[in-house]
Amino acid sequence: MLPFTLISVTVAIGLFLLIRMPNIEYLFVAAYTIVQYVVLTTAWNILGGYTGYVNFGSAAFFALGAYSSVALATFANQLDELVPESIAPMLHLIFPLSIPVLIVIGGVVSGIVGLGMGYLTLRLRGAFFAIATLAMAVVLQTLVVNWEFVGGSSGAYIVRPGEFPGLGSYMQYLFALMLALAVLALVTARAIERSRLGYGFAAIRDDELAAEASGVPTLRLKLIATTLSGTLMGMAGAPFPYYIGYLQPQSAFSLEYAVNSIAMPMIGGTMSWVGPLVGTLLLGTLQQTANVTISSAVNLLLVGLLLIGFVIVAPNGIVGLVQDRLRARRAK
Amino acid sequence: MSALLQVQELSKRFGGFVALDSIDLEVQPGERLGLIGPNGSGKSTLVNCICGTLQNETGTVQFDGHPVDGLAAHERTHRGLARSFQLPRPFPSLTLADNLRVPMLYTVHSRSGPLHAENIEARCAELLQMVGLAKKARQRPRDLTQVEMRKLELARAMAAEPKLLIADESMAGLSHSEIEDILALLVRLNESGITVILIEHIMTAVMSFSQRLAVLVSGKKIADGKPQDVVRDPEVVRAYLGQ
Amino acid sequence: MSFDLLIGAIVAGLLLGGFYAAVTAGISIAFGMLDIVNIAHPAFIVLGSYIAYIINVGFGVDPIIISVVMLPVFYLLGTAIYQVYYLSFEKRGQESLRGLAFFFGVLFVTEVMLLLAFGVDYRYVEAPYIGPSLHFGPIDLPLRMLVPCLASLTMFAVLQILISRTFTGRAVLAVSQDQLALQLMAVDPIRIKRIAFGLSIATASVAGALLVIIQPVEPSVGREYIGRVFAICVLGGLGSMPGTLIAAMLLGVVESITATFYGPSWAPAIAFGFLLLTLAFRPSGLLGR
Repeated sequence: MLPFTLISVTVAIGLFLLIRMPNIEYLFVAAYTIVQYVVLTTAWNILGGYTGYVNFGSAAFFALGAYSSVALATFANQLDELVPESIAPMLHLIFPLSIPVLIVIGGVVSGIVGLGMGYLTLRLRGAFFAIATLAMAVVLQTLVVNWEFVGGSSGAYIVRPGEFPGLGSYMQYLFALMLALAVLALVTARAIERSRLGYGFAAIRDDELAAEASGVPTLRLKLIATTLSGTLMGMAGAPFPYYIGYLQPQSAFSLEYAVNSIAMPMIGGTMSWVGPLVGTLLLGTLQQTANVTISSAVNLLLVGLLLIGFVIVAPNGIVGLVQDRLRARRAK
Repeated sequence: MSALLQVQELSKRFGGFVALDSIDLEVQPGERLGLIGPNGSGKSTLVNCICGTLQNETGTVQFDGHPVDGLAAHERTHRGLARSFQLPRPFPSLTLADNLRVPMLYTVHSRSGPLHAENIEARCAELLQMVGLAKKARQRPRDLTQVEMRKLELARAMAAEPKLLIADESMAGLSHSEIEDILALLVRLNESGITVILIEHIMTAVMSFSQRLAVLVSGKKIADGKPQDVVRDPEVVRAYLGQ
Repeated sequence: MSFDLLIGAIVAGLLLGGFYAAVTAGISIAFGMLDIVNIAHPAFIVLGSYIAYIINVGFGVDPIIISVVMLPVFYLLGTAIYQVYYLSFEKRGQESLRGLAFFFGVLFVTEVMLLLAFGVDYRYVEAPYIGPSLHFGPIDLPLRMLVPCLASLTMFAVLQILISRTFTGRAVLAVSQDQLALQLMAVDPIRIKRIAFGLSIATASVAGALLVIIQPVEPSVGREYIGRVFAICVLGGLGSMPGTLIAAMLLGVVESITATFYGPSWAPAIAFGFLLLTLAFRPSGLLGR
C-alpha cells in the first residue's frame, strides 16, 4: 500500500505543478471539477461497485458537506450576534474555520447521515435502498431550501480570501486540497479492494444470501460502505462553496452530480479503483470541453446516452473491455 | 450426551400457507442424519429456519446448547452451523479459491482470530483438492460444470469449519461414481468429527449414509428412526416411497 | 385552524390523490408485480404531457382524448423498452445495479431531450373544464382537478378489471408469484411481462394528459413524482391496486393539508418523508402481500 500511496502523491504533486505552469486560472477551475469527481465517483463506487448498492443521492451527501461549510461560515460571520459576549472572543480565535477542518466536519456530518439512512433502509432489498437515496436527496434539498440561515432558496455568498500564502491564488489552494482528497479516496478504495473488507463487499455484491451463510455480517458491512462513501462525498463537498463563491441549493443538489457519480464509474468500470478514475478522466474532460463548445444540456444528454449504452453493451465498463481483450490475447 | 441441534415445535407460515407444522428434531454430535421427503414438503424451509435465512414464527432452535432464535444467519455460521444451497450460489466474480476465502475470512477469523495469508492459501488449496477442483482454483464459477459447482458449494460450506454441516441435495443429477465421491467426502468429514445432515432424494445414497432417517411430508415430520425401520413404515411408503 | 380551510384542504387532497393514483398505476404494475424498478416512469408521464400539449395547441383536441388515442403508441414503447431490459439485464441476472442505472439513464435522457425540444418554459393546455368550479356550500370543486380525478379513477377501474377478469391479466398476477408454474401451463412468462410492462407505460400516456390539465409542465417536473410514485406504491403494498388507491388518497390529503397550513415549499419532502418512514417501519405497506 505504501508504494501506491507514494506514487499517487507524486502524481498529484506533478499534476499540480503541471496545471500551474500555463498560469491560466480557468485550467484550475476545470481541473478542480474533474478531480472533485474523482473523489465522488471513487466514493460512489465503494458502495455501488464493490458492494452492489446503487446510491442515487450522491448530490445529497455532497451538498451536506457544502452546506456544513456554509452554516459554519455564516456562524462565523454572525458570531457576535449569536453567542453571549463572554464566549465570543474565544470563539473568534477558532472561527472562521480553515478549509481542512471544514473538510473533516463535512465528512463527519455526511458520514453520520449516511449511517442513519443506511440503518433505516439497508435491511431491505437493494432496489428499496436506491429509491430511499433518491428520497433522501429530495428531503434534504427541501430542508435546505427552507432554512434561512444558510440562505434558503436564494442562496448564500461565501467570500473567498484573496490569496493563500505560498501558493498563489485561493483557487490553487482549493485545487491542492482536492488533489489531496483524491489521493485519499483512491488509496482508500485500493486498500479496501485487497483487504478482508473488500472480500466481504464483493461477496455481498455477488450473492448477499450466500454471503450471510458464509459468515459475512452483511448489515454491518453495508453500513460501513454507506458511511465511508458518504463521508468521502461530504469531504468533497466541503470546499465547494469557496470554489463557487455563491451557493444555491440547485447547484449543490444538481442532478448532474447524481448522474455523473453513476455514469462515470459505470462507464469506466465498477470492479476496481481504476474504473471510476478512468471514467471520470474521460467523461470529465469531455464534459469540460463540451460545456465550452456545445450547450450544457447536450453535454448531459451525451452522458445519459453513454450511460445507457455502456450499461447495455459493456457492463464492466472500459476497464472490463480492456481486461477481456487482454484475457483473450493471453488465451491465444 | 446433549443434542448438538435441537429443534422444538418449529412452525413457519407464508401468508396462509403452512410450510412447517410444529417440527421436532434432534441431532446428536457426530451423527449422520438423513432427511427425506417429497418436493415441497418443507425440507429447504426447515434448513432455512435452522440456519437463520428465514425466521420461524414459533418454536425454538438450539445449537450447541444455546438458543439461536433471532440470530442472523452469519452469527449462526460463526457458531458452527454451515449449509450448502440446493441450487448452488457461488460468488460469480470471485475465483474458486477466493470463494473459499470468504468464509475463512469471516467465520474462522472471528472464531479463532486473524489467519495468516499463507494459512488461508494452504487451506483453500487443501479444500479444493479434497473436492477435486484444485486445477481450477484460479477460474471463475461460470467455467464450472453443474457437478463441479455442487462440489464448490460443499467446499465453501466446509471452509467455514462447521460443527454441523447441512448438505441440501448436493447429489441431484450426478453420475453413480460422482455420488460415490461426494458420499465418501461426507463420510470422511463425519469421521473427522463433523455432524452431517444429508437432505436427498437418491435413496441408495441416503440409506448407505444415514445412521438415522427423518421424513418430512407437507410440513410435518411423519417418521424418525433407524433407516431400515423408517423405509418400511407404511405411512412413509404411502406418502413418499410407494408410487 | 379554520374548519372551512381544513375541509377545503382535505377535499383538494382527495382530488389530488385520485390523480396520484393514475400516476402510480404504472409503477404498481411494473414494480409491484414485475419487480422492475422503473424510476423513469415519471419521465414517460411528462412525455405524455408534452404530446397532449402539442396536439392540443395545434389542433384543439381535448387532452384526455389525445392520451387515449396515444395509448397504443405508449404500449408499444413499453414493450420495446421491456425487451431491451430483459435481454440486457433480466436474462443475465444483473437487474439490481445495471437495471437501475439503465432506467436512471432513460429518465435523464428523456428529460434532457424534452428540455432541448421545448425549453424550460411552462406549458399548459386549453380545455373547457379548466377554469370553472362546482360549489357545494363551503366546498370548492375545481373542474380542473375533478375531471382528472374522475378520469383517473376510471382508468384505475379499467385496469383492475383487466387484471382480475381477463386471462392475460391474471397471468400477470401469476407471473409475479410463480413464474415456473406459469411456464408449466405453457404460458410464456416473458411475453406476459412484456404485455404488462407495455400496459404500465400506456398508463403514462393518460397520466401525462391529466398532469398537464392539473398543472403547467416543464421538463423536470417528473422528478417530484419519483418520490410520490414510489411512496404510494410502497405504502399501499406492492402490487395491491386497492392499496395504491388508498395510499394515493392519503398522500394527497397530507400534502394538501401541509401546503395549506405550512406552505407549498414543504410539499416535495412529504412524499419522500412518507417513503422513508414506510421503508423504515412497515416495508410491506398497508395492504401488502
